Amino acid sequence: MIRVALRMLIGDPTKCLGLVIGVAFSTLLICQQMSIFFGLLGRASSVVNDVREANVWVMDPAVKTIDVSYPLRDTELPRVRGVEGVEWAVPFYKAQVQVRTRQGTLENAVILGIDDASLVGVPDEFVLGGIEDLAMPDAIAVNPAGFRLLFPGQELDLGRTLELNDRRAKIVAIVDAAPAFAANLTIYTRYSLATQYTNNGRNQLRFVLAKSRDGVAAEEVTRRITEQTGLKALTSAQFRWESIHYILANTGIPISFGTVVLLGAIIGVAVVGLTFHQFITENLRQYAALKAIGVRNLRLLRMTLTHAGFVGVLGYGIGLGAAALFFSTVPKKSDALRGFYLLPEVAVGVGVLAAGIVTLSTLISMRRVLSVDPATVFRG
Amino acid sequence: MNTDTATELAVDCRGIEKSFGEGETRVQVLRGTDFDARLGQMTFLVGPSGCGKTTLISVIGAILSCEAGEVHVLGSDLRRMKKGALADFRLANFGFIFQEYNLLPALTAAENASIPLVARGESNRDAERSAEELLGKLGLEGHTAKMPAQLSGGQQQRVAIARALIHEPRLLICDEPTASLDAASGHNVMELLRDVALAAERAVLVVTHDHRIFEFADRIHHMSDGVIESTDEHPNEEQDG
Repeated sequence: MIRVALRMLIGDPTKCLGLVIGVAFSTLLICQQMSIFFGLLGRASSVVNDVREANVWVMDPAVKTIDVSYPLRDTELPRVRGVEGVEWAVPFYKAQVQVRTRQGTLENAVILGIDDASLVGVPDEFVLGGIEDLAMPDAIAVNPAGFRLLFPGQELDLGRTLELNDRRAKIVAIVDAAPAFAANLTIYTRYSLATQYTNNGRNQLRFVLAKSRDGVAAEEVTRRITEQTGLKALTSAQFRWESIHYILANTGIPISFGTVVLLGAIIGVAVVGLTFHQFITENLRQYAALKAIGVRNLRLLRMTLTHAGFVGVLGYGIGLGAAALFFSTVPKKSDALRGFYLLPEVAVGVGVLAAGIVTLSTLISMRRVLSVDPATVFRG
Repeated sequence: MNTDTATELAVDCRGIEKSFGEGETRVQVLRGTDFDARLGQMTFLVGPSGCGKTTLISVIGAILSCEAGEVHVLGSDLRRMKKGALADFRLANFGFIFQEYNLLPALTAAENASIPLVARGESNRDAERSAEELLGKLGLEGHTAKMPAQLSGGQQQRVAIARALIHEPRLLICDEPTASLDAASGHNVMELLRDVALAAERAVLVVTHDHRIFEFADRIHHMSDGVIESTDEHPNEEQDG
């Protein structure tokens, strides 16, 4: 009877298409929005992720996210270095600056100052140039999206100069940094240059990056630093989650994306539910005839579930395919979406949601199939 | 076909009562109805609209339950059976021909006719092969792959007959089988039923208003106001005489 069920569904191409499109649209919308949402959360901690060498971050106790930092006294650095269990500690500077582009517009940029001596804090991957180039005078490295923002339509290359706070800055490397939350342009430079490029007052130090000694847990080191310096110290993982939590708790992003996801689900249930209900209603007499012939309710239930399964699998597959196509093409062409991709967890989660949408829609109509009186077929 | 009163009873109903609704809206449709039909015979149930014919065949067809009385069909007491068992009993023993045919519009003629076999667990391929053979016997060779919408009313009724007979049921219940057909087509359908459906081990029960087909009846029960008012045991002989 599975084949009969499928033929009944496909035999009504308008409704079959409506059902499949309903599920596909919901899947695409929810997949796309959830992936962008998680991508944004990833950006909230991208700077933390890109600092691979250090496993401890030290900051002012008021800091709740990488994007909002407070100055520390320069004397805090040697204090952190003096804590038992700290192998090394280096300064790390982070601030936002505005850069004038060739078109005359101002663009926000995140400037990251790394230790002059060790150059700790730069991502491993370079598109052009290398980490050692940052030792050159006025040297800065920018991310590819930032380069394209500054020099639209031009190939990535080195040697171009910018003006930051009336000071010359020369691009010596293109670094493959993950896009930051606050700006598409990320600038890496030496700590000493970064403080000059921003000129943010007497106390310039924002973070201290540290590495725990072998055999000493990073959590233990953070506890000791807090105890001995009064500063806030977090492991990289803790700081990553705290930055994400800050976005979740202090911005409208979760509500905004949550609303779209909820609407996607509601529209899915409404479209699929109503179309399925109409399909069942129009075929109720056929179900009654099957019942009269002797097809049991359990069989009819299976037939209805076959309709639902077919629509669900096909709709989900199309929606997921469209979402995958979106994330495999659009982010490559748009720096604003760079780093966003379809997470497998999102695909699985939306699959469960799509199954829920279809199941709920089916349940609404299934009752009519099970309760239809087979005697109706005798009534002309 | 067979007018021997000693013929085995396919249907034996005694004192059936059935009502619909409750309180002031309650309508008593069957009022202690007695009814029987014999194997090897074509039994007609006739009467005015609203007299309870449809309710009675629904009870006999194990589709409706009654409130009182005895319903024995093909030797089984339907009132003792549970819902699932009744569905299985219908599938095993009954063939239904509905007034509106109730063919599935998305299935071909062969697929429609094969439904009872598929529902009994036969493979689609075997069931459709059997259906094609039967449709051929019913004069629909060359039409088996057509959809119901591509067939005439008479052809659709033949597909419905094939669906009712494909699993060789022992009781064929026909509800106004000629109501949607013109006189010639209706006559053809009844001839077909007599030739193909009627057999010694099978009873055919026909509910009809159509007096033009009374000539095909072995017995005619006249129903009125929820009871069988009279029975013509030899209607054709009386007509002939």
